[in-house]
Amino acid sequence: MTQSFRLESGGLIDRDKKISFKFNGKNYFGYEGDTLASALIANGVHLIGRSFKYHRPRGFFGAGVDEPYAIVQLYRNGETEPNIKATEQELFEGLEAKSVNCWPSVNFDVGAINNFLKIFLPAGFYYKTFMWPKSFWYKIYEPFIRRAAGLGTASIKHDKERYEHKYEYCDLLITGSGPSGLASAYSAAKNGAKVILAEDKSRFGGTLLTSEVNIGNQSGKEWADSIISELKEMPNVTVKNRSQVFGYYDHNMLVMSERISDHLPKTKKFHPKQRLWYIRAKEVLISSGSIERPIVFGNNDTPGVMLSSAAKEYLKVYGVLVGKKPLVFTNNDSGYETAIEFKKNGIDPIILDTRKEPKSEIIEEAQNMNINIKNSYVVVAAQGYKKVKSADVAKISDNKEELGSIENIECDCICVSGFWTPTIHLASQSGNKTKFNEDIDAFVPGISKQNEKTLGAANGIYTLEETLKDSFEKGNLLSKKITNNENKFSFPNVVEKKSTVHDKFWCVPLPKGKNYKRFLDFQNDVAVSDIEIALKEGYRSIEHVKRYTTLGMATDQGKTSNLNGLQLVSKIENKVVPAVGHTTFRPPYSPVSIGAIVGREVGKHSKPTRKSPMHSWHEKNNAVFVDAGVWLRPRYYKRGEENLFEASKREAKNVRTNVGVCDVTTLGKIDIKGPDAAELLNRVYTNAWLKLPVGKARYGVMLREDGIVMDDGTTTRISENHYHMTTTTAQAANVLSHLEYYLQLVWPELNVNVVSTTEQWAGAAIAGPKSRELLKKLFPNSDVTNEGLPFMGYMEGDLFGVKAKIFRISFSGELAYEVNVESDNGYFMWEKIIEAGEEFGIQPYGTEALSTLRIEMGHVAGSELDGRTIPYDNSLEGLLSKKKDFIGKRSLSRKAFAAKDRQKIVGVVPLDKKTSIPEGSHLVKDSNAPLPNPKLGYISASCWSVEHDNPFSLAILKDGKNMIGEKLFVMSPLKNKIIPVEIVSSHYVDPKGERVRS
Amino acid sequence: MLHIKCPHCGLRSQNEFSYGGDATVKRPELGKEISDQDWDNFVYNRKSLRGKHWELWQHLSGCRQWIKVQRDTATHEIFKTLKANEEIS
Repeated sequence: MTQSFRLESGGLIDRDKKISFKFNGKNYFGYEGDTLASALIANGVHLIGRSFKYHRPRGFFGAGVDEPYAIVQLYRNGETEPNIKATEQELFEGLEAKSVNCWPSVNFDVGAINNFLKIFLPAGFYYKTFMWPKSFWYKIYEPFIRRAAGLGTASIKHDKERYEHKYEYCDLLITGSGPSGLASAYSAAKNGAKVILAEDKSRFGGTLLTSEVNIGNQSGKEWADSIISELKEMPNVTVKNRSQVFGYYDHNMLVMSERISDHLPKTKKFHPKQRLWYIRAKEVLISSGSIERPIVFGNNDTPGVMLSSAAKEYLKVYGVLVGKKPLVFTNNDSGYETAIEFKKNGIDPIILDTRKEPKSEIIEEAQNMNINIKNSYVVVAAQGYKKVKSADVAKISDNKEELGSIENIECDCICVSGFWTPTIHLASQSGNKTKFNEDIDAFVPGISKQNEKTLGAANGIYTLEETLKDSFEKGNLLSKKITNNENKFSFPNVVEKKSTVHDKFWCVPLPKGKNYKRFLDFQNDVAVSDIEIALKEGYRSIEHVKRYTTLGMATDQGKTSNLNGLQLVSKIENKVVPAVGHTTFRPPYSPVSIGAIVGREVGKHSKPTRKSPMHSWHEKNNAVFVDAGVWLRPRYYKRGEENLFEASKREAKNVRTNVGVCDVTTLGKIDIKGPDAAELLNRVYTNAWLKLPVGKARYGVMLREDGIVMDDGTTTRISENHYHMTTTTAQAANVLSHLEYYLQLVWPELNVNVVSTTEQWAGAAIAGPKSRELLKKLFPNSDVTNEGLPFMGYMEGDLFGVKAKIFRISFSGELAYEVNVESDNGYFMWEKIIEAGEEFGIQPYGTEALSTLRIEMGHVAGSELDGRTIPYDNSLEGLLSKKKDFIGKRSLSRKAFAAKDRQKIVGVVPLDKKTSIPEGSHLVKDSNAPLPNPKLGYISASCWSVEHDNPFSLAILKDGKNMIGEKLFVMSPLKNKIIPVEIVSSHYVDPKGERVRS
Repeated sequence: MLHIKCPHCGLRSQNEFSYGGDATVKRPELGKEISDQDWDNFVYNRKSLRGKHWELWQHLSGCRQWIKVQRDTATHEIFKTLKANEEIS
């Protein structure tokens, strides 16, 4: 197949390297250095997709990041990616792409019927058309709209590519490698500053690649190449292509996405696909250039209508003709440059200039080349459906309101230039107060909030000489401030053609009797008429107009549509553009892949995984693990075909009858030292701590200042001024911060030091009636009798040569101990316990059995201490000291907390003693009461009581104190269950607590 | 992302810190009689100021010190940072 629109020579592509690719199932070829867009245009393909709302045919509009139309579904190395701009995607061997938003095909699209139904799809149609009947929304309207709209399909497969994050610091970050970026980077680098120069495209140089200029006796491109190669050699400079700075955040933090492998058939081994850079820059120079804006006219979305600068770029960079009968429609001199390029390549363009008698060097050159120029002419409408076939043109009156008679000119493309819009996105994101520049009819950066400056075209400076001068100077000044070093060099001689002022014309009036669609936003299909409707309906703020019409809300963020939209609103409202203001620019400047944002934090890497020193033993013994915060804990140890329920019941029962061992390493541990340690505990915990003897542990509850229980645990006095505090697994970090807060800010006079020792100690809870026998075997030299080590006692022991801490504390409600050894000895300890426990029938137990044991004992845990309960609610009021003040005490006397019918923890047993009760269910008096049925309480935790062999739950129940013996109903609409229950004491087993003391 | 100057460690990124609320709130003394109104003001009532604001941050993934930061809540500009024991002037 021949590339009928490729020139014989020219362009920056490598014609020796042919690349084959597929578009919509058809094979084509292009060259290395092509984008998907340039290769398709070279092959004469202009129909690339369908529009979002009306499914009108879509072609190419731009040649880069501003492209609103040419969005494709990309297939690469067995993966697919939506929303890829064909104008940005570099061609690689085997590339495959497909059109989006069309069915069954781009040539015949059923959705195009919307184009004829457009009276039903006006501005805000989401809010109007599909409202009634209400029940239709979920089942009919929404699925239909979702299928019809959208710009591609996300892959549902796991993305096997690698994405990385990098943090970087620099003196100057320069965003864009056009003339201003190169000049400022050069002078800053010469002064020794640490510079990062980022270029979005694969080639450096920006407009220097396409403009006919001369710098220091070199062509623009040659100069750019020489500067870049010099910069690349400098150790203080990082030069990055395919790297877009897309977000400007607080305190000069910018984020850049580097596309490392997207241009390759597949990612190289050990390379990431993309890398996200977080750059903290001392100074930022924004050299992002400008984007040509269109002139609005009838059917201006027809394939073949495109920006004149894009047509020039396709010619000069890719050697590709966007058409062979071009019409250039312009209100400024830029259009002439495009026409001249066509002419140089043997194509005869026609220029329609809205201006009456413009004069400049560029125009003179075009005249000298005998280019057909029609002054005071406009394109009224493009004709042709899937491609421009001709244009209706007319003379326009001096006041730009009256059209002359319509003439039809045959053409195959219309290159539009409505002057230039500075790319102020990054400056605006930084908080810069932008201002309107009347001369260029666009917003430019104004007062900076952060350390940023905008250069060149992005700042509304459109001549090369001025741009270079300003950029060399800014780069020099800013870097000099940082490095205290100035390296002078002579300013190069610049030759460029002078241009004259542009015409502020932006929208062609409709001829009488015609109702052409005139589009403003090409990606979201927002036409002039939509804005008019929105304003008629009373929308005034530009932010509201934007949301109602979706102007500028597409993935291109209105790069080509915003200003024309503002012009229209200001014209209808009879206000000046700056009074209308512009909508807020937000990151990202251009879409960024989710993969790049997430980076390496996927799957197992999305959070740290902490394992106890005994983890491998659990693995070897068929533990089934559960996430407990960042920890992995054994939930149960599977034997044979057991399920969770059977295994946890077996394990819990064994604790009640023999002895079990549980890995409690994950409990938070805080080492507290200092002469005022007891005083700190006395203020933090609700009970008294000043008289706790050395070698004793005590259970404590700590509150937040608002009286809500924060955490509970035991703290042991190791020596005179040394305490060992334990916290729940979940609250460990919060409790440490809490203590630090009071010690550093509230009571700095307390002489206490706290430090987390969670990871220093491995812990094993040994529980069950035979635990003391086991302990005797483990510590033959220690007196672990009831007298030697009573309940809540503490001692140090020698575990076969390993130093151990022995606490007589119990969560299970059985006679129980906790043994701690240094983490490195954890595995050894565990093996010894299992070995020595064999004769007593020891079994390890997991968190499920642990829960069962504590629930039937009525011991509270995280599901009761859920940030909504006070001590009374958990029957912990006995621990509230009356003699001293403590954190949160004052709040407990608040009216609601002291109410007589305050909620309280109770036990719940189903009347049939069989039906298990779902956690989170509600308790009600009457299951048949009309909805909403008054809720009396909720089930906080459920288990199968191994002691009573029936289901048992804990609940937080209103007036729980007086509800024992009542018959209520548990309702779980989610599980569709109504269970008659009886309210009992929360202490379902050993209510007097005799076992722990036995 | 903010760049916060920890008085102990120097300039660090915000993700090393956690926010801790209004730094000008003083906890009532322990054991002292206090009206419901005053206690509610201490526990619950905060002004949501626009502009300069003294606030607490903890350098959680650093030195673990609580620090005082004067920040503009509208612009995020940070004017000054103090150690926990330094008085706001």
